[in-house]
Amino acid sequence: MRKRLLLNIAKSLLLARWRQTLVAAVGVTFSITMFVTLLSFMSGLNDLLDGLILNRTPHVRIYNDIKPNADQPINNSTDFNKAHNFIGSVKSDGNRQAIYNSEAIMKSILKDPRVIGLSPKITAQVFFNDGNVDITGSIFGVNPTEESKLFHFDEYVTTGNSADLTKVNNSIILGKGLADKLLVQIGDAIQITTSKGDRIQLKVVGTFQSGIKDFDNVQSYASINTVQKILAVPNDYITSIQVKLKDILQAPAVAKEYERLYQTDAEDIQTANSQFETGSSIRTLISYSVGVTLLIVAGFGIYNILNMMIFEKMDSIAILKATGFSGRDVKNIFIYIAISIGIFGGLMGLFFGFSLSALIDQIPFNTASLPTIKTYPINYNPKFYVIGIVFSFITTYFAGWFPARKASKIDPVVIIRGK
Amino acid sequence: MNKILEAKNINKFFHDPVRIQVIENLSFSINKGDFVSLTGKSGCGKSTLLYVLSTMDTDYDGGLFIDGEKMPKNNEGFLAKIRNEKIGFVFQFHYLLNEFNVLENVMLPGLKLAKYSREEVEHRAMEKLKILGIENLALKKSNHISGGEKQRVAIARALINDPHIIMGDEPTGNLDKKNSDLVFDIFNQLADEFKQTLLIVTHDPSFAERTHRIIKMEDGKIIS
Repeated sequence: MRKRLLLNIAKSLLLARWRQTLVAAVGVTFSITMFVTLLSFMSGLNDLLDGLILNRTPHVRIYNDIKPNADQPINNSTDFNKAHNFIGSVKSDGNRQAIYNSEAIMKSILKDPRVIGLSPKITAQVFFNDGNVDITGSIFGVNPTEESKLFHFDEYVTTGNSADLTKVNNSIILGKGLADKLLVQIGDAIQITTSKGDRIQLKVVGTFQSGIKDFDNVQSYASINTVQKILAVPNDYITSIQVKLKDILQAPAVAKEYERLYQTDAEDIQTANSQFETGSSIRTLISYSVGVTLLIVAGFGIYNILNMMIFEKMDSIAILKATGFSGRDVKNIFIYIAISIGIFGGLMGLFFGFSLSALIDQIPFNTASLPTIKTYPINYNPKFYVIGIVFSFITTYFAGWFPARKASKIDPVVIIRGK
Repeated sequence: MNKILEAKNINKFFHDPVRIQVIENLSFSINKGDFVSLTGKSGCGKSTLLYVLSTMDTDYDGGLFIDGEKMPKNNEGFLAKIRNEKIGFVFQFHYLLNEFNVLENVMLPGLKLAKYSREEVEHRAMEKLKILGIENLALKKSNHISGGEKQRVAIARALINDPHIIMGDEPTGNLDKKNSDLVFDIFNQLADEFKQTLLIVTHDPSFAERTHRIIKMEDGKIIS
């Protein structure tokens, strides 16, 4: 009852000066609109840029690194096992890059409940022969179905079909830059030379554009069998297993566990791509600071308008106090006024922010390096809307709190006598 | 007799720009049903005394008792409640809230008290307006009525919670003869018919003469 009365008074005071109220609310609306739009757009861009790398990067990669063997013969000698052995001129032991017992490891990983899936991979270093020019490059042997499912491979295959890699014998999908250099199209044959000197003919079934030009200039994909044939290795030869997890944050722990379990090397995505994390977090930080600054400016607007209103309503405040409204009641009335401006302006801001984001989402954005992107990226994360409304509430509360306190301290005697 | 309001040894000083005593060791009491006027020359301290008695000014020494209860000096919320429930005010300037219509202005203190439901408060407000003969103004905006009418609305507002005492600070000071007489007649009617206690500050001798009791002040003291 009492609260409703104060709300009613607040409403009447607000509506009596609706133009001023509107200006204050528009300030909040504007800042929330910009806050939501800015964050949606910025975070859309972040996701896009991260996606360029992170979507295609396995969360955990299992491989055999080229490094010296940790078990040097001297360590096995009983004469020296209590001493620290310094060994000079140790050489890396890289003659076997294949993962031992890869079939069993893959089966066991697929049983892990934390894992979405895995995709084996082989890398072959080759020369692409183009007349008398040899272009150094690499061919990745992949399983196109798994690779598409887990790492969006088919999104980057711009011409041709990724599934043809398994259907057509000795087929290859070239990077766009590489295909342009070799002057080949789908259906053409190219010749490669392996590092061991063998010459092999492959049929082009497509081209891909990864969004990173340097990749596209040197890389290509073939099926695992084709690459095993190129390298002249048996069917269980796998150089890395790419694992995708349900929760990317578990990657470091899982990598450590696999390293121990399967006696191989394992690298997690956070270690492999720490620079992207830094970039995104700084971009997010900048967008939040701009958004919050906008809100604080709007808060000052509300503060000014309420201060003016209190100055105008001195008489009303004095009479309210004389007829039995306490300082706290008066303070609440003005805080209600501020908060209603905040909520009204904030909700309008969310609406306009959504509209503006949706509008930006329609603007064409064509870039050669991002074949799948047609319009500006927008992230419609509800989080931004929640933060926006909570912030508008908090800023307007504080913007209202100081003038409201001032109003509550007005001495009615001074006003009534002053006339 | 039933003492509605009692002041005991009240002293008040103004501190700015120099310390001067405005009220000197003043004691008196008002009984239920009294129609009292407080008169004196400008600057004799009568308005200051009224604000002390009204609980709005708490910067004084001495004791103030309303309805036998001693008024604390630093409990703003409690004093606001006392003002709401037990004191009705009429000021020289009408001080209606322009954002509300006449009826709502009268209802506000009643709604604040929340002793009755909204409908009942509205009904009571209409009754008060009828007593003062202005029920036809109920739905008018409070800044669209004349000065005399405003003052009558202010009296209706003062009456809404059936206060123990109505205090007026020069309620006729800003009105012409006709309206002054009208307001006086209303006060008189309230005192006679409804046994309403009234304490009115005025410097209009013709107004004071017609009240039941006159308290005359000079230089912060009661002289008669």
